[in-house]
Amino acid sequence: MNELTPPVKRTAKDYATDQEVRWCPGCGDYAILKAVQKTLADIEADPANTVFVSGIGCAARFPYYVETYGFHTIHGRAPAFATGIKLANPELDVWVVGGDGDMLSIGGNHLMHVIRRNVDVQVLLFNNEIYGLTKGQASPTSRAGTRSPSTPLGSVDNPVSACVFVLGAGAKFVARGVDTQQKDLPVILKRAHQHKGASFVEILQNCIVYNDGVFADITEKAVAADRQVVCEHGKPLVFGADANKGLKLNRDTLSIEVVTFGEEGPEAAGVLVHDETNRTLAGMLAAMDDHHLPVALGVIYCSPAASYGEGVAALKAEAHKRNKNADLASIMHAGHTWTVSDA
Amino acid sequence: MTKIDKVLNASTDASSRDELESAVVRFSGDSGDGMQLTGGQFTEATALAGNDLSTFPDFPAEIRAPVGTTFGVSSFQINFGARRIMTSGDDFDVLVAMNPAALKVEMSRLRKGGLLILDTGTFNDRNLAKAGFDKTPLDDGTLDKFRVVAIDISAMTLESVKTFELSKKEALRCKNMWALGFVYWLFGRSRKTTQEWLTGKFASRPDIANANIAAMNAGHAMGETAELPDGIHGFHIAPADIAPGLYRTVTGTEALAWGLVKGAELASLEILFASYPITPASPLLHSLARMQHLGVTTFQAEDEIAAACAAIGASYAGAIGITSSSGPGIALKGEAIGLALSAELPMIIVNSQRGGPSTGLPTKTEQSDLYQAVYGRNADAPLVVLSTRSASDCFEVGIEAVRLATKYMTPVMLLTDGYIANAAEPWRLPDLDAYTPFPVEFRTEKEGFHPFLRDDKTLARVWAKPGTPDLMHRIGGIERSYDTGHISYDPDNHHKMTKVRAAKIDGIANDIPEQQVELGEASGKLAVVGWGSTYGPINRAVDNLQKRGKNVAHIHLRNIWPLPKNLGALLRSYEQVLIPEMNNGQLITLLKAEYLIAAKGLNKISGQPFRISEIEDAILEILEN
Repeated sequence: MNELTPPVKRTAKDYATDQEVRWCPGCGDYAILKAVQKTLADIEADPANTVFVSGIGCAARFPYYVETYGFHTIHGRAPAFATGIKLANPELDVWVVGGDGDMLSIGGNHLMHVIRRNVDVQVLLFNNEIYGLTKGQASPTSRAGTRSPSTPLGSVDNPVSACVFVLGAGAKFVARGVDTQQKDLPVILKRAHQHKGASFVEILQNCIVYNDGVFADITEKAVAADRQVVCEHGKPLVFGADANKGLKLNRDTLSIEVVTFGEEGPEAAGVLVHDETNRTLAGMLAAMDDHHLPVALGVIYCSPAASYGEGVAALKAEAHKRNKNADLASIMHAGHTWTVSDA
Repeated sequence: MTKIDKVLNASTDASSRDELESAVVRFSGDSGDGMQLTGGQFTEATALAGNDLSTFPDFPAEIRAPVGTTFGVSSFQINFGARRIMTSGDDFDVLVAMNPAALKVEMSRLRKGGLLILDTGTFNDRNLAKAGFDKTPLDDGTLDKFRVVAIDISAMTLESVKTFELSKKEALRCKNMWALGFVYWLFGRSRKTTQEWLTGKFASRPDIANANIAAMNAGHAMGETAELPDGIHGFHIAPADIAPGLYRTVTGTEALAWGLVKGAELASLEILFASYPITPASPLLHSLARMQHLGVTTFQAEDEIAAACAAIGASYAGAIGITSSSGPGIALKGEAIGLALSAELPMIIVNSQRGGPSTGLPTKTEQSDLYQAVYGRNADAPLVVLSTRSASDCFEVGIEAVRLATKYMTPVMLLTDGYIANAAEPWRLPDLDAYTPFPVEFRTEKEGFHPFLRDDKTLARVWAKPGTPDLMHRIGGIERSYDTGHISYDPDNHHKMTKVRAAKIDGIANDIPEQQVELGEASGKLAVVGWGSTYGPINRAVDNLQKRGKNVAHIHLRNIWPLPKNLGALLRSYEQVLIPEMNNGQLITLLKAEYLIAAKGLNKISGQPFRISEIEDAILEILEN
């Protein structure tokens, strides 16, 4: 009798390829790679059934370093390739990886459509607010006034907020993480993977060469607690070094403001409780990007709906039902035909 | 000129009809007059009567052009006969003009002595002015060279449907059926198929169906009973001598959809057809969207680029990805096609060519994307280019495209055009069981695997799809090592890979038929070389001149790239070569570059197909000088 081989529990290392990783030393992408490999191990991803798809840019080199199937495609179009892959084989577990230039500039259109169709993929957007691979030009998420080789006197364009954009496109899962938060990032990625339909994760990523420290005012130890609020479903939106600040809805201006509370606790102070299914709240949390308010991290929005793949499968089932006996020959013979016989 | 003002009691029996070998009829009217439907119905009835035929729908780019204007004229042309019909015809024998604008646009191509059927009910001052007539052409001598049947079709239609109590607007919409009924009588056609079609189409409005049938019958009765001018008593065209078998009419769009489905079946693959709406390519998407129970998934993408990318993604995942567009859309897909050929994935790109550049003439036909197909990508980027010559030919070319794409792991550009997509012709239905399957064998063996491992003979790389255990690998658009498939920036390797990609495509010349001569000898004074939808007019012109003793042959290419391996020698065996094209000279450049032959071009860039006489004239000019 054959002996069953016990399933081998894979570790993060098992999801690394033999290829030398070629990002700049100190790049935030290393941390993200590590978090993704850990996530794959945690969810026991089958490497044969997993596909990483990317466009062009530093982030887009990602698939070469993950021991699964991988397709490094063309600039901006990864979501379209991923859609084709899922349509051809809905069983595949597909991750889309790209940067802010790839997904919000040249590929903004495809990001919008993969989101609004709710294709069952995980979209990871590494946002470093700069073009890295082309050597440091301002990107669509660069803050106004960014000085770069293409904007020596500072950029005049307004940046786009990735999370607000995808919410506008109808996203059903929106989360935000930070490259170096190795404890939190895999948790977010696992949630994204668990979600059926398009899950969108913006990862704030430091470009050490062209935009070093662009998120320092959010991520530096000294300020982090006051500048970040972690969204947890069912828990009050509390933050601050002393955990005594919360987010409150100003009902007169329909906006979010910070309230400091004492011993009465957050509830009595009117601090909002995070409801990840509330799209209006998600919109307000995602949009918090000025210095008066902390940046929202974690799962900002999660409200599952039927995925594109489910819709396509239902249509195909309907087509089969309606055309039970209509093979190609019967279609070709339908309508008016006539026979020419031997004279 | 004679006007029919009242119905006379003159009967016409079939034996007194004039015998014709073939006829060209053009139905022409306003966009809202239903000329395409009318022509389609006449086509079916004519096919069922056993004639060979070819059609040419010619309609404006505007969906609802202003009523009565010349740019709102929509026409449908059919050439049918007792002999083999190769084109939709040159000058018309019969023109049905439903309004002054149609007359204005079309009358220059009605032959001298041709039959002109007019709806005089529309010849009022307003419509005449819109059509650009200063005064009515009905009695100023303009129409003297034609035989004119001037009937107030509008009034007679209203009269024929009055028992159905329709609104005037609804009642007038039956006038195309009145005209059809009259033309049915003119050619002795059965009204049965149209009657059935109307009953089915207006199943929920039987009053509309019956009114249309009544109008058709009234038009037919007019022919039966009226005395027509100049002793016209209808025509008879005997059935054509065509090969025995089961026939139907088919458009290029239908035949291509079925060919692609059949090809995928032979390859044991599912199809992902990804497309973005564009004239004149969209009907292919519509056709395949209705065949989702036959292993087809259709995807209307957000843009042309996404459509190409989704198709490539599907091929990567183990289906056959197909995208479709017209010239401007194909340009947008160029970068993605480059990825498919560099990552060596199968893909089919259908280009329904139209007039260009830029938006050009969206609803008019042209063959001006040959350069784009063969050369239109960055870098050294060879792929397979096939072309279709007629509606029914699309079926075979569709199958061949799947075969070559999957066997050689390459994109295949399939060139058709707006004319072929919309034109209909009779087609002897093929025996679907007679095709030899060419099932794809995906790589599953781990031993020795790398993603760019090649077949020694075809040079095709292995196809290992995601989901296959132990074959995880990464591919992309960056140059890869010939030996490992990993990213490689090595200079010698890039040189080698560029040569290998070219050699793979060149080698396909050994797997396609040698070039045949369609008509005439394999050497001689003059070869007329064509490709695509010029097949019909070239073939007829060469046939006509051969019968007049001229030394001329017809060669027609399906394989544009790679070219058939005997083509150079074949072309050199003629003293001269003439290349008619509906562009400013593209195949001619390709053939000159490949074979250093002298050749003359004949170029028509009007958005209209060649006339037989235009090709005959060009041949005679060469032969007689």
